[in-house]
Amino acid sequence: MIAGDRKPVLEVRGLTTRFRTDRGIVTAVDDVNFDVYPGETIGIVGESGCGKTVTSKTIMRLLPEQNSIIDPSSQILFGGTNLATASESQMRRVRGDKIAMIFQEPMTSLNPVFTVGWQLDEALRYHTKLSKKQRLERSIEMLRLVEIPNPEQRVKEYPHQLSGGMRQRVMIAIALCCEPDILIADEPTTALDVTIQAQILALMDDLRKKLNTAILLITHDLGVVATVCDRIIVMYAGRVIEQAPVRDLFKRPQHPYTKALLESIPKAGNKEHGKRLPTIKGIVPSLFELPAGCRFQDRCEFKQQRCIDEEPRLEPKAQGDHPVRCHFPLNQDVDLTVSQSSP
Amino acid sequence: MTQTAASPAPSAPESAEVPFIEARNLVKKFPVRGGVLNRVVANVHAVTDVSFAIRKGETLGIVGESGCGKSTLGKMLIRLLEPTAGSIRIEGREITGLNHQQMMPIRRRMQIIFQDPYSSLNPRLTVRQLLKEAIAFHGVVGRDAMESYIDQLIATVGLRPEAKDKFPHEFSGGQRQRLGIARALALKPEFIVADEPVSALDVSIQAQVLNLMMDLKEQLGLTMLFISHDLKVVEHFCDRVLVMYLGRVVETLTCDRLRQDAQHPYTRALLGANPIDDPDDRRPLTVLTGDVPSPLNPPPGCAFASRCPEVKDRCREEVPPLELKQAGHPSACWARE
Repeated sequence: MIAGDRKPVLEVRGLTTRFRTDRGIVTAVDDVNFDVYPGETIGIVGESGCGKTVTSKTIMRLLPEQNSIIDPSSQILFGGTNLATASESQMRRVRGDKIAMIFQEPMTSLNPVFTVGWQLDEALRYHTKLSKKQRLERSIEMLRLVEIPNPEQRVKEYPHQLSGGMRQRVMIAIALCCEPDILIADEPTTALDVTIQAQILALMDDLRKKLNTAILLITHDLGVVATVCDRIIVMYAGRVIEQAPVRDLFKRPQHPYTKALLESIPKAGNKEHGKRLPTIKGIVPSLFELPAGCRFQDRCEFKQQRCIDEEPRLEPKAQGDHPVRCHFPLNQDVDLTVSQSSP
Repeated sequence: MTQTAASPAPSAPESAEVPFIEARNLVKKFPVRGGVLNRVVANVHAVTDVSFAIRKGETLGIVGESGCGKSTLGKMLIRLLEPTAGSIRIEGREITGLNHQQMMPIRRRMQIIFQDPYSSLNPRLTVRQLLKEAIAFHGVVGRDAMESYIDQLIATVGLRPEAKDKFPHEFSGGQRQRLGIARALALKPEFIVADEPVSALDVSIQAQVLNLMMDLKEQLGLTMLFISHDLKVVEHFCDRVLVMYLGRVVETLTCDRLRQDAQHPYTRALLGANPIDDPDDRRPLTVLTGDVPSPLNPPPGCAFASRCPEVKDRCREEVPPLELKQAGHPSACWARE
């Protein structure tokens, strides 16, 4: 999938984002690196506060300037521009046109006082030279593409007249109407029922194939990741701790955190019924009181002196391995299956 | 047990044993008012003709999508909401129609855990005060034993002793849910309704809280109603599951046979739409088409007919009864006759 001759559409290098708070400056995302290739789906997973949303908002430059600081050494290379240092007018040309974003709660990102049609039209007005009539046609076509029944009628309706699943589909239609190179989806299905989630995921995947859009999917749901992603980035306390193709990560997780996370979800099928789930003891460390060594050390069952003294680097431990931030990674030689879930 | 014509109480044990809690033909309608005279112009049919029984020590799961009536059902069982019609019996004794005084001793035996304990814990009280309030009100333990009882409760749910003097906002989501559990356990209940208790928690914390609830269930012999939209969690945690769609029960079956035995097309669709966390088992998720009917105006036939892949003409005309298709496994479907 990631052939050598293909060029990444987005290169993130040393991305570091800090926030000014009442308790001082805190680093929410610390030296994150990854590439995004056209047409692939990358999952960023991790628990609340791990920095996955801050990463995506930094790429989109959507963080408030008063209290957020993007480290000057950060690079977000997109089409020859470093988005980390781009001006607001440059960003406005990129946002919604080249890189689009959808959020968890579409009701808060749709404007309640304008019709669905107006909001679709807004993106087209900014980013295309289409006439008013052409824009309306395109809006209806987009709604049809996201499988909204009766789109000629729906363009005249307001967001509150739509169901939750339909609002999210409208968000996707707006996000995709300029055929962006990258779609950043931040927990797009978390607030939805599973049957609606299945519709939205299938829809995103169809559109990815049709338009060759790269998708950056931010989620805490490992089931979703296993179902739709090609590659996965696992974050913990502001750091990327493991990065691997989906199968590799699920079958051969090398970081103790990744492994524990995978084990702590109830498995489909009845084998585990009524048993205790393996858990990760303790809680995520506060970003204000990060330990000097590995950030997972207090919760890790394999902790050794070196983990306390020195923070591990994110690197493959052997030829052909995927990068992992751990001094003593697991599953180095064995093909240890994570789950045998089928009944 | 005698079965009513409308719907049999599913899977009550064959023996003459009286279930701990039993609901028969429960109905809840919420009136919608409007017009100049503020008359009732319509009814939201939240729960329609639901019957079930939970044995002592059993955990019954309720799954369904938002708006299917699962939370309404849970709240009716402990009479936080009054049913429009139907009966609720605790150990054979009818509790609908009991007045406040008569309910008091029964209330103590039934508690509820909410999805977001924060909104159900008074933010101005410390943990000690929160727990003390309920314990003293119901006279669970005497004044002398109060402090040690609170210590014991806090230890039971896995919080540190110093948690006693903190306020609810000082806790993380998982700890707060432990607090919600401690608050529910304070009255030594026999029956707990857990309404999406782990849905708002991160996966690693979700596992901790689920394990805690399992421990407590065993140690205290609790009977539970566990409401969730997450089939995997229900499958893991519950003994039996009740699948609801638009206010009605469409199927009831034991959790250990859920994947093999599920009959109803809706249950099958829910299973198929749930992403499996195994990249080797990657199959397209089941995608339903069609719209969910409005609970304001439920269709005359099966509510799932508009989305059902196996729909027949009869489904649009007549509501399928919840019938025993196999022992202990009733489902309501015309297509699967």
